[in-house]
Amino acid sequence: MFFSSIASFGKYCIFISQVFRSPDKWKEFFKRLVFEINKLGVDSIPLVIIISLFIGAVITIQMTINIVSPLIPSYSTGLATREILLLEFSSTMMCLILAGKVGSNIASEIGTMRVTEQIDAMDIMGLNSANFIVMPKIVGFVLFVPVLCILSMFVGLVGGWIIAEFTTMISVEDYVYGIQSFFNEWYVWYGIIKTVFFAYIIASVSSYYGYFVKGGALEVGQASTKAVVSSSILILFFDVILTKLLLQ
Amino acid sequence: MIEAKNISKWFDGQRVLYDISATFDTGKTNLIIGQSGSGKTVFMKCLIGLLTPEEGSILYDGRRFRSMSDQEKKKLRMEIGVLFQGSALFDNETVLGNVMFPLKMFSPLSHEEQLERARFCIQRVGLNNADNKYPSEISGGMQKRVAIARAIALNPKYLFCDEPNSGLDPKTSILIDELLSDITHEYNITTIINTHDMNSVLGIGEKIVFINKGHCDWIGNDKTIFRSTSQSLNDFVFASQLFQEVKKFLEREYQAEEDI
Repeated sequence: MFFSSIASFGKYCIFISQVFRSPDKWKEFFKRLVFEINKLGVDSIPLVIIISLFIGAVITIQMTINIVSPLIPSYSTGLATREILLLEFSSTMMCLILAGKVGSNIASEIGTMRVTEQIDAMDIMGLNSANFIVMPKIVGFVLFVPVLCILSMFVGLVGGWIIAEFTTMISVEDYVYGIQSFFNEWYVWYGIIKTVFFAYIIASVSSYYGYFVKGGALEVGQASTKAVVSSSILILFFDVILTKLLLQ
Repeated sequence: MIEAKNISKWFDGQRVLYDISATFDTGKTNLIIGQSGSGKTVFMKCLIGLLTPEEGSILYDGRRFRSMSDQEKKKLRMEIGVLFQGSALFDNETVLGNVMFPLKMFSPLSHEEQLERARFCIQRVGLNNADNKYPSEISGGMQKRVAIARAIALNPKYLFCDEPNSGLDPKTSILIDELLSDITHEYNITTIINTHDMNSVLGIGEKIVFINKGHCDWIGNDKTIFRSTSQSLNDFVFASQLFQEVKKFLEREYQAEEDI
């Protein structure tokens, strides 16, 4: 188990060294980059909006219900909602969700290309298939994911505001005052830095599993599952490391 | 001309190719035949460079593949066209996009010239009004034609076809065979076709290499195959009653010709 993990890591490093090389045609690379940004990033916007909106609302409700002590100021609900969204939800949780959507998409797409010999066809033409297929995906997703992170933060706060506006649980003034109180700009950067790391993990690990599929449709499905599981575990692992490094 | 010298290949300690040597002539349709699992696809992948044989050497017009630098290999690959068993067309590209792909990546031609070349190749393989269709929207036979058009887009010197007739009806199979044969002679290409289709063997087998259990058991052509004394070849080629009758008939024909 240990040795196979080391071997897999070595194989991953060789794969990544193939991926990050100068493209054969920059024009084609930029075309594919735009395509991948649209497919992996822009297409994820509806999912990010829906999840962030509801989770933002739920966090606000939970905070309001659970913070009942007269010693705690009423604006704490907004403050806690903001901190949860900025520090963990919009970066880590959102990337865990995106690992499911984007990771499985990448692994199954590349895996299908492998089993239908499309990757072999590229190799035969003398093209660096890893570079041609994978680099635009990694670069595109890493470039666009901060947008998703900021969008998630904003929409999550809007979700909490909706609760304040349309229920009697907390006043809008208290909520808005809470989300403005003790604001630390670094927390936004912290969330963005984490999502960039996580986006790289999702795109590269999923590509790796897809690229080395052997077999048929069944194996493509298995690779897709492995890609999501491995990406999720690595995200959680690096969340601990990055939190320690960035917030201490 | 492509020469394979003493090619041996192992997978996980198990030997699948045993010292295979064969020469594939320029301007001819060279066939590699053999039963499923005999090692012919592995042999072809070794020839193309998708697999590296543990022993032996492959020469492309005297150029030793193994001792080439990466740059030389890349240059050689541009001289190679490959038709894969499942066509291997790019799903997110149209027919025109698929044929344009190698031109876009490697050709110094302008966009208009690339378009012209791609359209010429598509017409050469007999496809009309399919430029904007996606691979999923066309039949298996049409997909093979698109794959052939893509393979010849860069004017290759060497064309490899892995079971071009698999999954096709007999009539379409013959059309694909004729197309490959025509292209081979028209452009003087060294064509190597991997097949176990007997119609192809008898129709376009200008040179035939028979592989049996990883060994090269026989080399000949579509005429000499009827006189072969190789038991394994006869068991494979004339397995059906129909082909046994064909063999008897053609043997009589050739004997009559010789007598005259």
